[in-house]
Amino acid sequence: MPSYLASIGMEVHAELDTRSKMFCRCPVAFGGEPNTRVCPVCLGLPGSLPVPNRAATEMVLRTALALNCTIATNSVFHRKNYFYPDLPKGYQVSQYGETNPIGYAGWIDIPKADGSIKRVRIRRVHLEEDTGKLMHLPAGGSGVDFNRSGVPLMEIVTDFPPDIESAEEAKEYLVQLRSTLLYLGVCDGKMEEGSLRCEPNISVRPEGSAEYGTKTELKNLNSFRSVQLGVRYEIERQIAALGRGERIRQETRGWHEGREESFPMRTKEEENDYRYFPDPDLVPMAFDEAMRERARTSLPELPLAKARRYAEQSGLSAQDCALLTADQAWAEFFEQAVALGAPPKPVCNWMNSDFAKRLNEDGIGWKASKITPAHLVDLVKLIESDAISGKTAKEVFAESFESGEMPSAVVLAKGLVQISDRDQIEAAVREAIEANPASVAKYKSGQTGVAGFFVGQVMRATGGQANPGLVQEAVKAALEKV
Amino acid sequence: MPISLDEVRHVARLARLELDEAEVLALQGELNALLGHFADIQGIDARGIEPQSHAVSLQNVWAEDSPLPSMPRSEALRNSALTRAGLFVVPTIIED
Repeated sequence: MPSYLASIGMEVHAELDTRSKMFCRCPVAFGGEPNTRVCPVCLGLPGSLPVPNRAATEMVLRTALALNCTIATNSVFHRKNYFYPDLPKGYQVSQYGETNPIGYAGWIDIPKADGSIKRVRIRRVHLEEDTGKLMHLPAGGSGVDFNRSGVPLMEIVTDFPPDIESAEEAKEYLVQLRSTLLYLGVCDGKMEEGSLRCEPNISVRPEGSAEYGTKTELKNLNSFRSVQLGVRYEIERQIAALGRGERIRQETRGWHEGREESFPMRTKEEENDYRYFPDPDLVPMAFDEAMRERARTSLPELPLAKARRYAEQSGLSAQDCALLTADQAWAEFFEQAVALGAPPKPVCNWMNSDFAKRLNEDGIGWKASKITPAHLVDLVKLIESDAISGKTAKEVFAESFESGEMPSAVVLAKGLVQISDRDQIEAAVREAIEANPASVAKYKSGQTGVAGFFVGQVMRATGGQANPGLVQEAVKAALEKV
Repeated sequence: MPISLDEVRHVARLARLELDEAEVLALQGELNALLGHFADIQGIDARGIEPQSHAVSLQNVWAEDSPLPSMPRSEALRNSALTRAGLFVVPTIIED
């Protein structure tokens, strides 16, 4: 069998995090009673007139700049005409054309597993509106809820020919893009609630072939995991089909989360013919230099740039830096802790282990927890100064996480200070040796493993508070002398 | 360029219009007459004129991002032929 190359294009829809809708002032929210956030504009009633949302426009402009796009000098809205019950006007307001979208011809860098960087070109970043929601009614028929109708939606499409060549890269692209959108504060990124939706298209071709294969499009992917699994499944399915001499049908396929397989979705009988034309109700947008400059200066340091800076400044591994910068608030915690004088590596380790674990268990971010950067700095300093052992530190952290007490206060209150006083430890070692002549005899006869027994005795005698490293040293020295 | 009967049928289907053959023929004539007017416009020398999408010279008209009250649901649903549990009801849609 020849070996195949995969090509993956990504179409991502992000609901913009505005307070009101794209072309009317109905509030934007998730869930709630159906058809309670609607008005003549988002219901498409005759005689209503749309006015675009300034904040939504600026969010797309900022995203386009963050994705290194060229900004359109003149950008208009088009009507995309088709009939579907979730589309009350009979058209969706969108943006058509190569150089008409607010941003075009950009790129995003994604980190690869081997530590190198891959550049993924972006064809367009445009502004449109979301549709309503259809739901199956058990008693028959479909119900339509227009609360989502007219919610500002940003579409981000990768360029052709595709740069993404594997399921892992597809997932990494989405991770990086989502993180960028979160940093920009333009989308909440909740894939499970549908505010970030991803539709990859996948094709394979024999190695050496210049021609791209027939592509299929995947829908219903609502997590990073399903994107990775879905794309991998589709690549393997297509290769297997070609291996059997079959042809790939151009189609839209759904992803079945439970069975972890894709299935052909019912295709519309007629070819898509959207008859795009400029929406006469919406006047053109022109982004002058002042507006672009304002958007440009409002851009935060983006995740990949931040990760590179951390690696350079603190010598942390690429993986550590990626974990720290995936979320902006998380990165903020790290920076505050380091600014308070804690060494970066232990702070990073605590954040990405015990702290992250507890936050995940409670399903909260650090700002909703009782741990502040000062808590972690205090804890790290207690460990670094040998005041407490690593094992005790875990208990102290758990206690601080529950109560919000500073770690040093927990250590004092519970008497957990580690005994690092050599005289005190040596005295305990002597006592242990005097009390256990039989074990001493064993040691003398060559059973040196018995040293561990003495360490255990000393730890027990000190209530577990002796510095284990010092105890080991003292036991070894004492046993050699007897 | 005259419009074919098949194109008339295609456009009718997109607009969800059910036409019989006599109507298709009649509309072909009317549409071709309309397109004839565009042919006249095509004859005008428009070199050096920027294409425009709108007749008015306005640009950058925006509303502020602050919600206003929506309409009462009872009012929103009032013209619907069938509603249930606050939803507009339409014939079953088969997606997958």
